[in-house]
Amino acid sequence: MKRDLGHPGGSLSIADILTVLYFKEMNINVKDLKDENRDRFVLSKGHAAPALYATLYEKGILSDDDMKGFRQINGILQGHPDMKHTPGIDMSTGSLGQGVSTAVGMALAGKLDKKDYRVYTILGDGELEEGQVWEASMSASHYKLDNLCFIIDNNNLQIDGPITEVMNSYPIDKKFESFGFNVINIDGHNFEDIEKAFDNARITKLKPTAIIAKTIKGKGVSFMENQVGWHGKAPSEEQYKQAIEELDA
Amino acid sequence: MDKNIKIATRQSFGEALKELGDENKDVVVLDADLSGATKTNIFAKAYPDRFFDIGIAEQNMIGIAAGMSTCGKIPFASSFAAFVTGRVYDQIRSSVCYPNLNVKICGTHSGLTVGEDGATHQMLEDINLMKALPNMHIFSPSDDTQTRWVIKEAAKIKGPVYIRLCRLATPLIYDKDTKFEFGKGICFGEGRDATVFATGDMVCKALEAKEILKSYGKDIRVVDIHTIKPIDEDLIVKCATETEKLISIEDHSIIGGLGSSISDVLTEKYPKKLIKIGTTDFGKSGKAEEVLEYFGLTSKKIVETVL
Repeated sequence: MKRDLGHPGGSLSIADILTVLYFKEMNINVKDLKDENRDRFVLSKGHAAPALYATLYEKGILSDDDMKGFRQINGILQGHPDMKHTPGIDMSTGSLGQGVSTAVGMALAGKLDKKDYRVYTILGDGELEEGQVWEASMSASHYKLDNLCFIIDNNNLQIDGPITEVMNSYPIDKKFESFGFNVINIDGHNFEDIEKAFDNARITKLKPTAIIAKTIKGKGVSFMENQVGWHGKAPSEEQYKQAIEELDA
Repeated sequence: MDKNIKIATRQSFGEALKELGDENKDVVVLDADLSGATKTNIFAKAYPDRFFDIGIAEQNMIGIAAGMSTCGKIPFASSFAAFVTGRVYDQIRSSVCYPNLNVKICGTHSGLTVGEDGATHQMLEDINLMKALPNMHIFSPSDDTQTRWVIKEAAKIKGPVYIRLCRLATPLIYDKDTKFEFGKGICFGEGRDATVFATGDMVCKALEAKEILKSYGKDIRVVDIHTIKPIDEDLIVKCATETEKLISIEDHSIIGGLGSSISDVLTEKYPKKLIKIGTTDFGKSGKAEEVLEYFGLTSKKIVETVL
Protein backbone atom coordinates (compact mmCIF):
# COMPACT_ATOMS: atom_id res chain seq x y z
CA MET A 1 0.00 0.00 0.00
CA LYS A 2 2.48 2.58 -1.14
CA ARG A 3 0.83 5.78 -2.29
CA ASP A 4 1.74 9.44 -2.50
CA LEU A 5 -0.59 10.28 0.34
CA GLY A 6 -2.13 8.30 3.15
CA HIS A 7 -1.86 8.44 6.92
CA PRO A 8 1.02 6.19 8.00
CA GLY A 9 1.69 7.74 11.44
CA GLY A 10 -1.79 7.37 12.92
CA SER A 11 -2.21 3.99 11.24
CA LEU A 12 0.87 2.48 12.84
CA SER A 13 -0.18 3.74 16.27
CA ILE A 14 -3.33 1.57 16.20
CA ALA A 15 -1.95 -1.50 14.39
CA ASP A 16 -1.40 -3.47 17.62
CA ILE A 17 -4.88 -2.65 18.94
CA LEU A 18 -6.50 -3.68 15.65
CA THR A 19 -4.55 -6.94 15.70
CA VAL A 20 -5.97 -7.88 19.11
CA LEU A 21 -9.46 -6.73 18.10
CA TYR A 22 -9.63 -8.71 14.88
CA PHE A 23 -7.64 -11.79 15.86
CA LYS A 24 -8.64 -12.24 19.48
CA GLU A 25 -11.43 -10.06 20.74
CA MET A 26 -14.09 -9.57 18.09
CA ASN A 27 -16.60 -12.14 17.03
CA ILE A 28 -16.83 -11.75 13.27
CA ASN A 29 -17.70 -14.31 10.68
CA VAL A 30 -15.41 -13.98 7.66
CA LYS A 31 -17.86 -16.11 5.64
CA ASP A 32 -20.81 -13.87 6.51
CA LEU A 33 -19.62 -10.31 7.02
CA LYS A 34 -23.20 -9.06 7.47
CA ASP A 35 -24.12 -11.60 10.17
CA GLU A 36 -26.52 -9.64 12.37
CA ASN A 37 -25.04 -11.13 15.52
CA ARG A 38 -21.46 -10.11 14.72
CA ASP A 39 -19.48 -7.65 16.77
CA ARG A 40 -19.16 -4.25 15.08
CA PHE A 41 -16.16 -2.02 14.58
CA VAL A 42 -16.21 1.69 13.72
CA LEU A 43 -12.96 3.44 12.87
CA SER A 44 -14.03 6.89 14.03
CA LYS A 45 -10.55 8.20 13.18
CA GLY A 46 -11.20 7.19 9.58
CA HIS A 47 -7.88 8.50 8.31
CA ALA A 48 -6.20 5.44 9.84
CA ALA A 49 -7.91 3.40 7.10
CA PRO A 50 -4.61 1.85 5.91
CA ALA A 51 -4.25 0.04 9.25
CA LEU A 52 -7.80 -1.26 9.01
CA TYR A 53 -7.35 -2.40 5.40
CA ALA A 54 -4.11 -4.18 6.34
CA THR A 55 -5.96 -5.95 9.17
CA LEU A 56 -8.82 -6.98 6.89
CA TYR A 57 -6.22 -8.24 4.43
CA GLU A 58 -4.53 -10.37 7.10
CA LYS A 59 -7.99 -11.63 8.04
CA GLY A 60 -8.49 -12.78 4.44
CA ILE A 61 -11.33 -10.34 3.78
CA LEU A 62 -9.41 -8.15 1.32
CA SER A 63 -7.27 -9.51 -1.53
CA ASP A 64 -3.91 -8.50 -2.98
CA ASP A 65 -5.73 -6.83 -5.86
CA ASP A 66 -7.95 -4.91 -3.44
CA MET A 67 -4.86 -3.65 -1.65
CA LYS A 68 -3.21 -2.50 -4.88
CA GLY A 69 -6.21 -0.31 -5.56
CA PHE A 70 -5.83 1.74 -2.37
CA ARG A 71 -6.67 5.38 -3.17
CA GLN A 72 -6.74 4.52 -6.88
CA ILE A 73 -9.56 5.58 -9.20
CA ASN A 74 -10.64 2.01 -9.97
CA GLY A 75 -9.96 0.59 -6.51
CA ILE A 76 -12.45 -0.31 -3.78
CA LEU A 77 -10.27 1.05 -0.96
CA GLN A 78 -11.10 4.72 -0.50
CA GLY A 79 -8.88 7.17 1.36
CA HIS A 80 -11.32 6.82 4.26
CA PRO A 81 -13.46 3.73 5.07
CA ASP A 82 -16.44 3.23 2.77
CA MET A 83 -18.98 0.64 3.95
CA LYS A 84 -20.76 0.57 0.59
CA HIS A 85 -17.82 -0.65 -1.47
CA THR A 86 -15.39 -2.31 0.92
CA PRO A 87 -16.25 -5.67 2.50
CA GLY A 88 -15.82 -5.86 6.26
CA ILE A 89 -16.38 -2.16 6.91
CA ASP A 90 -19.29 -1.58 9.31
CA MET A 91 -19.47 2.20 8.95
CA SER A 92 -18.24 4.87 6.57
CA THR A 93 -16.16 7.42 8.43
CA GLY A 94 -13.78 10.26 7.76
CA SER A 95 -15.41 13.38 9.19
CA LEU A 96 -14.13 13.26 12.77
CA GLY A 97 -16.42 12.89 15.76
CA GLN A 98 -19.17 11.15 13.80
CA GLY A 99 -18.12 7.51 14.03
CA VAL A 100 -18.59 7.47 17.79
CA SER A 101 -22.24 8.48 17.49
CA THR A 102 -22.89 5.75 14.94
CA ALA A 103 -21.24 3.25 17.30
CA VAL A 104 -23.63 4.42 20.04
CA GLY A 105 -26.51 3.79 17.60
CA MET A 106 -25.30 0.26 16.87
CA ALA A 107 -24.95 -0.51 20.58
CA LEU A 108 -28.38 0.95 21.31
CA ALA A 109 -29.95 -1.17 18.55
CA GLY A 110 -28.25 -4.22 20.06
CA LYS A 111 -29.79 -3.49 23.46
CA LEU A 112 -33.20 -2.91 21.88
CA ASP A 113 -33.04 -6.26 20.09
CA LYS A 114 -31.56 -8.00 23.16
CA LYS A 115 -28.59 -9.17 21.13
CA ASP A 116 -25.23 -10.05 22.63
CA TYR A 117 -22.97 -8.39 20.09
CA ARG A 118 -20.44 -5.79 21.16
CA VAL A 119 -19.43 -2.55 19.45
CA TYR A 120 -15.88 -1.17 19.32
CA THR A 121 -14.75 2.21 18.09
CA ILE A 122 -11.28 3.73 17.85
CA LEU A 123 -10.99 7.48 18.06
CA GLY A 124 -8.00 9.78 18.03
CA ASP A 125 -6.91 12.00 20.89
CA GLY A 126 -7.09 15.00 18.57
CA GLU A 127 -10.58 13.86 17.60
CA LEU A 128 -11.64 14.44 21.21
CA GLU A 129 -11.64 18.14 20.31
CA GLU A 130 -14.83 17.55 18.29
CA GLY A 131 -17.87 18.42 20.42
CA GLN A 132 -19.86 15.52 18.98
CA VAL A 133 -17.56 13.05 20.79
CA TRP A 134 -18.90 14.37 24.09
CA GLU A 135 -22.51 14.34 22.94
CA ALA A 136 -21.97 10.70 22.02
CA SER A 137 -20.20 9.94 25.31
CA MET A 138 -23.02 11.48 27.33
CA SER A 139 -25.57 9.31 25.52
CA ALA A 140 -23.46 6.11 25.77
CA SER A 141 -23.40 6.53 29.51
CA HIS A 142 -27.05 7.62 29.74
CA TYR A 143 -28.20 4.46 27.98
CA LYS A 144 -25.82 2.32 30.09
CA LEU A 145 -24.24 0.84 26.96
CA ASP A 146 -21.97 -1.80 28.49
CA ASN A 147 -21.81 -3.42 25.04
CA LEU A 148 -19.85 -0.42 23.78
CA CYS A 149 -16.10 0.09 24.03
CA PHE A 150 -14.21 3.23 23.02
CA ILE A 151 -10.47 2.97 22.40
CA ILE A 152 -8.70 6.33 22.40
CA ASP A 153 -5.51 6.28 20.37
CA ASN A 154 -3.49 8.61 22.58
CA ASN A 155 -0.43 9.21 20.38
CA ASN A 156 -0.33 12.81 21.53
CA LEU A 157 -0.01 14.28 18.05
CA GLN A 158 -2.40 15.95 15.68
CA ILE A 159 -1.73 17.53 12.28
CA ASP A 160 -0.69 20.94 13.56
CA GLY A 161 1.44 19.65 16.45
CA PRO A 162 1.27 18.02 19.89
CA ILE A 163 -2.30 18.05 21.25
CA THR A 164 -1.07 19.86 24.34
CA GLU A 165 -0.04 22.77 22.14
CA VAL A 166 -2.84 22.79 19.56
CA MET A 167 -5.86 22.18 21.83
CA ASN A 168 -5.26 20.30 25.01
CA SER A 169 -7.69 17.41 25.46
CA TYR A 170 -6.05 16.17 28.69
CA PRO A 171 -6.86 14.82 31.20
CA ILE A 172 -8.53 12.28 28.92
CA ASP A 173 -9.19 9.63 31.57
CA LYS A 174 -10.79 12.07 34.00
CA LYS A 175 -13.04 13.43 31.29
CA PHE A 176 -14.38 9.97 30.44
CA GLU A 177 -14.69 9.10 34.14
CA SER A 178 -16.80 12.17 34.71
CA PHE A 179 -18.97 11.16 31.73
CA GLY A 180 -19.72 7.89 33.52
CA PHE A 181 -17.35 5.52 31.71
CA ASN A 182 -15.36 2.59 33.01
CA VAL A 183 -11.89 3.94 32.21
CA ILE A 184 -8.76 1.84 31.65
CA ASN A 185 -5.32 3.31 30.96
CA ILE A 186 -3.00 1.02 28.99
CA ASP A 187 0.12 0.84 26.86
CA GLY A 188 -1.41 0.55 23.40
CA HIS A 189 1.55 -1.48 22.12
CA ASN A 190 1.50 -4.11 24.87
CA PHE A 191 -0.63 -7.06 23.73
CA GLU A 192 -1.22 -8.31 27.25
CA ASP A 193 -2.41 -4.86 28.35
CA ILE A 194 -4.75 -4.61 25.38
CA GLU A 195 -6.26 -8.05 25.93
CA LYS A 196 -6.78 -7.46 29.64
CA ALA A 197 -8.50 -4.15 28.95
CA PHE A 198 -10.96 -5.85 26.59
CA ASP A 199 -11.57 -8.57 29.20
CA ASN A 200 -12.31 -5.90 31.76
CA ALA A 201 -14.65 -4.05 29.37
CA ARG A 202 -16.56 -7.24 28.63
CA ILE A 203 -17.35 -7.98 32.26
CA THR A 204 -18.21 -4.38 33.17
CA LYS A 205 -21.94 -3.93 33.51
CA LEU A 206 -24.18 -0.87 33.04
CA LYS A 207 -21.33 1.37 31.87
CA PRO A 208 -19.55 1.88 28.57
CA THR A 209 -15.77 1.46 28.66
CA ALA A 210 -13.12 3.89 27.46
CA ILE A 211 -9.67 2.39 26.99
CA ILE A 212 -7.07 5.16 26.89
CA ALA A 213 -4.23 3.61 24.92
CA LYS A 214 -0.87 5.38 25.12
CA THR A 215 0.56 4.90 21.67
CA ILE A 216 3.40 6.06 19.47
CA LYS A 217 2.54 7.71 16.18
CA GLY A 218 4.54 5.95 13.48
CA LYS A 219 5.26 3.02 15.82
CA GLY A 220 7.93 0.63 14.55
CA VAL A 221 9.51 2.95 11.98
CA SER A 222 12.41 4.88 13.52
CA PHE A 223 12.14 7.96 11.36
CA MET A 224 8.35 8.20 11.77
CA GLU A 225 7.98 7.63 15.49
CA ASN A 226 6.53 10.66 17.27
CA GLN A 227 7.00 12.87 14.23
CA VAL A 228 4.13 15.25 13.44
CA GLY A 229 5.17 15.36 9.78
CA TRP A 230 4.10 11.75 9.23
CA HIS A 231 0.38 12.38 9.70
CA GLY A 232 -0.66 12.69 6.09
CA LYS A 233 2.19 11.79 3.78
CA ALA A 234 3.59 8.55 2.43
CA PRO A 235 7.29 7.58 2.50
CA SER A 236 9.62 7.84 -0.49
CA GLU A 237 10.84 4.68 -2.21
CA GLU A 238 13.95 4.60 -0.03
CA GLN A 239 12.09 5.41 3.18
CA TYR A 240 9.53 2.74 2.32
CA LYS A 241 12.24 0.07 2.04
CA GLN A 242 13.77 1.10 5.34
CA ALA A 243 10.36 1.15 7.05
CA ILE A 244 9.47 -2.34 5.82
CA GLU A 245 12.86 -3.66 6.98
CA GLU A 246 12.33 -2.19 10.43
CA LEU A 247 8.74 -3.44 10.71
CA ASP A 248 9.77 -6.94 9.59
CA ALA A 249 12.69 -7.04 12.04
CA MET B 1 -64.13 16.73 3.16
CA ASP B 2 -64.56 19.78 5.36
CA LYS B 3 -62.36 22.60 4.09
CA ASN B 4 -62.86 24.46 7.34
CA ILE B 5 -60.86 21.86 9.22
CA LYS B 6 -57.29 22.98 9.74
CA ILE B 7 -54.51 20.66 10.85
CA ALA B 8 -50.78 21.31 11.14
CA THR B 9 -48.71 18.82 9.14
CA ARG B 10 -46.53 18.23 12.21
CA GLN B 11 -49.65 16.92 14.00
CA SER B 12 -50.45 14.59 11.08
CA PHE B 13 -46.83 13.48 11.12
CA GLY B 14 -46.95 12.61 14.82
CA GLU B 15 -50.13 10.58 14.40
CA ALA B 16 -48.90 8.86 11.23
CA LEU B 17 -45.64 7.88 12.91
CA LYS B 18 -47.55 6.13 15.65
CA GLU B 19 -49.61 4.26 13.05
CA LEU B 20 -46.42 3.28 11.24
CA GLY B 21 -45.08 2.05 14.56
CA ASP B 22 -48.17 -0.17 14.93
CA GLU B 23 -47.42 -1.83 11.60
CA ASN B 24 -43.64 -1.99 11.63
CA LYS B 25 -41.64 -2.97 14.71
CA ASP B 26 -38.37 -1.83 13.11
CA VAL B 27 -39.49 1.80 13.21
CA VAL B 28 -37.71 3.79 15.91
CA VAL B 29 -38.12 7.50 16.61
CA LEU B 30 -35.49 9.93 17.84
CA ASP B 31 -35.97 13.50 18.95
CA ALA B 32 -33.78 16.25 20.36
CA ASP B 33 -35.78 17.61 23.28
CA LEU B 34 -38.67 18.93 21.18
CA SER B 35 -41.00 15.94 21.17
CA GLY B 36 -43.97 18.01 22.33
CA ALA B 37 -43.56 20.45 19.46
CA THR B 38 -42.58 17.96 16.75
CA LYS B 39 -45.41 15.67 17.97
CA THR B 40 -43.15 12.63 18.19
CA ASN B 41 -44.49 12.42 21.75
CA ILE B 42 -47.50 10.58 20.29
CA PHE B 43 -45.18 7.75 19.21
CA ALA B 44 -43.22 8.02 22.47
CA LYS B 45 -46.39 7.46 24.49
CA ALA B 46 -47.38 4.39 22.47
CA TYR B 47 -43.90 2.89 22.12
CA PRO B 48 -41.61 4.18 24.86
CA ASP B 49 -39.05 1.41 24.20
CA ARG B 50 -38.65 2.51 20.60
CA PHE B 51 -38.45 6.23 21.32
CA PHE B 52 -35.12 7.91 22.10
CA ASP B 53 -34.91 11.47 23.32
CA ILE B 54 -31.27 12.23 22.58
CA GLY B 55 -31.45 15.61 24.29
CA ILE B 56 -30.22 18.86 22.80
CA ALA B 57 -27.60 17.11 20.67
CA GLU B 58 -28.77 16.96 17.07
CA GLN B 59 -25.40 15.88 15.67
CA ASN B 60 -25.36 12.88 17.95
CA MET B 61 -29.00 12.16 17.12
CA ILE B 62 -28.24 11.86 13.39
CA GLY B 63 -25.20 9.67 14.09
CA ILE B 64 -27.16 7.37 16.40
CA ALA B 65 -29.91 7.11 13.78
CA ALA B 66 -27.29 6.19 11.17
CA GLY B 67 -25.79 3.51 13.44
CA MET B 68 -29.21 2.05 14.26
CA SER B 69 -30.12 1.88 10.58
CA THR B 70 -27.09 -0.34 9.91
CA CYS B 71 -28.63 -2.80 12.39
CA GLY B 72 -31.96 -3.01 10.56
CA LYS B 73 -33.88 -0.23 12.28
CA ILE B 74 -35.83 2.43 10.38
CA PRO B 75 -35.07 5.58 12.35
CA PHE B 76 -37.15 8.76 12.06
CA ALA B 77 -35.03 11.56 13.55
CA SER B 78 -36.96 14.74 14.25
CA SER B 79 -36.44 18.29 15.33
CA PHE B 80 -37.18 21.76 14.00
CA ALA B 81 -36.15 22.03 10.35
CA ALA B 82 -33.38 24.52 11.24
CA PHE B 83 -31.70 22.16 13.67
CA VAL B 84 -32.23 18.87 11.88
CA THR B 85 -30.73 20.05 8.57
CA GLY B 86 -28.45 23.11 8.78
CA ARG B 87 -26.99 22.31 12.15
CA VAL B 88 -26.23 18.72 11.17
CA TYR B 89 -25.45 19.10 7.50
CA ASP B 90 -22.14 17.26 7.68
CA GLN B 91 -23.60 14.46 9.81
CA ILE B 92 -26.34 13.96 7.20
CA ARG B 93 -23.80 14.19 4.41
CA SER B 94 -21.08 11.88 5.77
CA SER B 95 -22.92 9.50 8.10
CA VAL B 96 -26.26 9.16 6.27
CA CYS B 97 -26.13 10.08 2.57
CA TYR B 98 -22.61 8.91 1.69
CA PRO B 99 -23.27 5.39 3.04
CA ASN B 100 -26.87 5.66 1.70
CA LEU B 101 -28.42 4.66 5.02
CA ASN B 102 -32.10 4.19 5.74
CA VAL B 103 -32.58 7.27 7.91
CA LYS B 104 -35.64 9.54 7.75
CA ILE B 105 -35.01 13.14 8.74
CA CYS B 106 -38.11 15.04 9.77
CA GLY B 107 -37.97 18.82 10.04
CA THR B 108 -41.03 20.41 11.60
CA HIS B 109 -41.38 24.20 11.94
CA SER B 110 -39.96 24.87 8.49
CA GLY B 111 -40.37 28.24 6.81
CA LEU B 112 -41.73 31.58 7.99
CA THR B 113 -44.87 30.23 9.69
CA VAL B 114 -42.80 29.53 12.80
CA GLY B 115 -43.79 33.16 13.41
CA GLU B 116 -42.89 34.73 16.72
CA ASP B 117 -39.63 32.79 17.32
CA GLY B 118 -38.07 34.67 14.44
CA ALA B 119 -35.18 34.21 12.03
CA THR B 120 -33.03 31.65 13.88
CA HIS B 121 -35.96 29.25 13.92
CA GLN B 122 -37.50 30.05 10.52
CA MET B 123 -35.66 27.62 8.26
CA LEU B 124 -35.64 28.86 4.68
CA GLU B 125 -32.64 27.03 3.25
CA ASP B 126 -33.30 23.41 4.19
CA ILE B 127 -34.51 22.24 0.77
CA ASN B 128 -31.43 23.81 -0.75
CA LEU B 129 -29.12 22.01 1.69
CA MET B 130 -30.77 18.61 1.41
CA LYS B 131 -31.27 18.75 -2.36
CA ALA B 132 -27.59 18.75 -3.24
CA LEU B 133 -26.90 15.57 -1.29
CA PRO B 134 -26.66 12.42 -3.42
CA ASN B 135 -29.10 9.64 -2.39
CA MET B 136 -31.42 12.08 -0.57
CA HIS B 137 -35.18 12.16 -1.29
CA ILE B 138 -37.27 15.20 -0.30
CA PHE B 139 -40.96 15.42 0.56
CA SER B 140 -42.82 18.63 1.32
CA PRO B 141 -46.46 17.72 1.99
CA SER B 142 -49.28 20.26 1.83
CA ASP B 143 -51.99 18.89 4.12
CA ASP B 144 -52.97 16.24 6.63
CA THR B 145 -53.93 13.53 4.12
CA GLN B 146 -50.76 13.97 2.10
CA THR B 147 -48.52 14.01 5.16
CA ARG B 148 -49.93 10.68 6.32
CA TRP B 149 -49.15 9.21 2.91
CA VAL B 150 -45.66 10.72 2.91
CA ILE B 151 -44.73 9.07 6.21
CA LYS B 152 -45.72 5.63 4.91
CA GLU B 153 -44.03 6.28 1.57
CA ALA B 154 -40.82 7.40 3.30
CA ALA B 155 -40.70 4.12 5.21
CA LYS B 156 -40.92 2.21 1.92
CA ILE B 157 -37.89 3.98 0.45
CA LYS B 158 -34.60 2.24 1.28
CA GLY B 159 -32.40 5.26 1.81
CA PRO B 160 -32.25 8.78 3.21
CA VAL B 161 -35.40 10.91 3.16
CA TYR B 162 -35.99 14.48 4.29
CA ILE B 163 -39.58 15.37 5.23
CA ARG B 164 -40.39 19.08 5.49
CA LEU B 165 -43.24 19.90 7.85
CA CYS B 166 -44.97 23.01 9.19
CA ARG B 167 -45.98 24.39 12.52
CA LEU B 168 -49.13 26.23 11.52
CA ALA B 169 -52.47 24.53 10.94
CA THR B 170 -53.44 24.56 7.27
CA PRO B 171 -56.72 23.62 5.52
CA LEU B 172 -57.50 20.09 4.39
CA ILE B 173 -56.93 19.85 0.64
CA TYR B 174 -57.32 16.14 -0.10
CA ASP B 175 -59.95 13.51 0.65
CA LYS B 176 -58.78 10.70 2.87
CA ASP B 177 -58.83 8.18 0.03
CA THR B 178 -56.73 10.28 -2.38
CA LYS B 179 -54.06 8.24 -4.13
CA PHE B 180 -50.68 9.95 -4.30
CA GLU B 181 -47.71 8.85 -6.32
CA PHE B 182 -44.05 9.25 -5.39
CA GLY B 183 -42.38 11.90 -7.54
CA LYS B 184 -45.64 12.91 -9.26
CA GLY B 185 -47.04 16.40 -8.82
CA ILE B 186 -50.78 16.99 -8.59
CA CYS B 187 -52.61 19.33 -10.97
CA PHE B 188 -55.65 21.34 -9.93
CA GLY B 189 -57.47 22.21 -13.12
CA GLU B 190 -56.18 22.61 -16.63
CA GLY B 191 -56.17 26.40 -16.72
CA ARG B 192 -54.00 27.83 -19.46
CA ASP B 193 -53.51 31.39 -18.27
CA ALA B 194 -50.79 30.43 -15.80
CA THR B 195 -49.33 27.53 -13.87
CA VAL B 196 -48.61 28.11 -10.21
CA PHE B 197 -46.25 25.51 -8.78
CA ALA B 198 -46.51 25.36 -5.00
CA THR B 199 -45.31 23.16 -2.16
CA GLY B 200 -46.05 22.64 1.52
CA ASP B 201 -48.05 25.37 3.23
CA MET B 202 -48.11 27.47 0.04
CA VAL B 203 -50.40 25.06 -1.83
CA CYS B 204 -53.46 26.35 0.02
CA LYS B 205 -52.44 29.94 -0.83
CA ALA B 206 -52.19 29.03 -4.50
CA LEU B 207 -55.63 27.39 -4.41
CA GLU B 208 -57.07 30.53 -2.82
CA ALA B 209 -55.52 32.59 -5.61
CA LYS B 210 -57.06 30.25 -8.20
CA GLU B 211 -60.54 30.98 -6.79
CA ILE B 212 -59.94 34.75 -6.66
CA LEU B 213 -58.63 34.82 -10.22
CA LYS B 214 -61.85 33.27 -11.54
CA SER B 215 -63.59 36.58 -10.85
CA TYR B 216 -61.01 38.25 -13.07
CA GLY B 217 -61.78 35.76 -15.83
CA LYS B 218 -58.44 34.02 -15.42
CA ASP B 219 -58.16 30.27 -15.28
CA ILE B 220 -54.93 29.06 -13.70
CA ARG B 221 -53.73 25.60 -12.82
CA VAL B 222 -52.13 24.93 -9.47
CA VAL B 223 -49.55 22.18 -9.19
CA ASP B 224 -48.79 20.68 -5.79
CA ILE B 225 -45.17 19.49 -5.83
CA HIS B 226 -45.04 17.21 -2.79
CA THR B 227 -41.89 15.40 -3.91
CA ILE B 228 -39.14 17.94 -4.48
CA LYS B 229 -36.45 15.37 -5.12
CA PRO B 230 -36.85 13.64 -7.48
CA ILE B 231 -38.97 16.36 -9.08
CA ASP B 232 -41.70 15.69 -11.63
CA GLU B 233 -39.85 16.76 -14.79
CA ASP B 234 -42.52 15.58 -17.20
CA LEU B 235 -45.26 17.55 -15.51
CA ILE B 236 -43.13 20.70 -15.39
CA VAL B 237 -42.44 20.46 -19.12
CA LYS B 238 -46.11 19.73 -19.83
CA CYS B 239 -47.20 22.83 -17.91
CA ALA B 240 -44.57 24.92 -19.66
CA THR B 241 -45.87 23.86 -23.05
CA GLU B 242 -49.53 24.36 -22.15
CA THR B 243 -49.64 27.57 -20.16
CA GLU B 244 -48.80 31.19 -20.80
CA LYS B 245 -47.13 32.09 -17.56
CA LEU B 246 -45.12 30.07 -15.04
CA ILE B 247 -44.96 31.00 -11.36
CA SER B 248 -43.60 29.18 -8.32
CA ILE B 249 -44.32 29.89 -4.66
CA GLU B 250 -42.59 28.43 -1.64
CA ASP B 251 -42.16 29.16 2.06
CA HIS B 252 -38.41 28.90 1.45
CA SER B 253 -35.61 30.80 -0.22
CA ILE B 254 -35.91 31.13 -3.99
CA ILE B 255 -32.25 30.10 -4.05
CA GLY B 256 -32.09 26.32 -4.19
CA GLY B 257 -35.71 25.63 -3.34
CA LEU B 258 -38.79 24.64 -5.36
CA GLY B 259 -38.40 27.51 -7.84
CA SER B 260 -34.76 26.69 -8.48
CA SER B 261 -35.57 23.02 -8.95
CA ILE B 262 -38.23 23.84 -11.55
CA SER B 263 -35.92 26.33 -13.18
CA ASP B 264 -33.22 23.66 -13.52
CA VAL B 265 -35.67 21.43 -15.39
CA LEU B 266 -36.86 24.23 -17.66
CA THR B 267 -33.34 25.35 -18.54
CA GLU B 268 -32.47 21.92 -19.84
CA LYS B 269 -35.77 20.73 -21.28
CA TYR B 270 -37.99 23.66 -22.22
CA PRO B 271 -36.40 27.09 -21.69
CA LYS B 272 -39.08 29.47 -20.43
CA LYS B 273 -39.35 32.29 -17.93
CA LEU B 274 -40.36 31.34 -14.38
CA ILE B 275 -41.39 33.93 -11.80
CA LYS B 276 -40.23 32.74 -8.39
CA ILE B 277 -42.06 33.84 -5.25
CA GLY B 278 -40.22 33.04 -2.03
CA THR B 279 -37.66 34.62 0.27
CA THR B 280 -34.19 36.02 -0.30
CA ASP B 281 -33.52 37.19 3.24
CA PHE B 282 -33.72 35.86 6.82
CA GLY B 283 -37.17 35.84 8.41
CA LYS B 284 -38.40 37.96 11.31
CA SER B 285 -40.66 37.73 14.35
CA GLY B 286 -44.37 38.33 14.12
CA LYS B 287 -47.64 36.45 13.88
CA ALA B 288 -47.31 33.80 11.17
CA GLU B 289 -49.82 35.41 8.80
CA GLU B 290 -48.23 38.83 9.33
CA VAL B 291 -44.79 37.44 8.52
CA LEU B 292 -46.11 35.79 5.35
CA GLU B 293 -47.72 39.12 4.38
CA TYR B 294 -44.44 40.97 5.08
CA PHE B 295 -42.48 38.68 2.78
CA GLY B 296 -45.20 38.53 0.14
CA LEU B 297 -46.08 34.86 0.49
CA THR B 298 -49.81 35.39 -0.02
CA SER B 299 -52.62 34.55 -2.41
CA LYS B 300 -52.80 38.29 -3.14
CA LYS B 301 -49.22 38.24 -4.37
CA ILE B 302 -50.00 35.30 -6.68
CA VAL B 303 -53.08 37.11 -8.04
CA GLU B 304 -51.05 40.25 -8.75
CA THR B 305 -48.34 38.21 -10.45
CA VAL B 306 -50.84 36.46 -12.71
CA LEU B 307 -52.63 39.71 -13.63
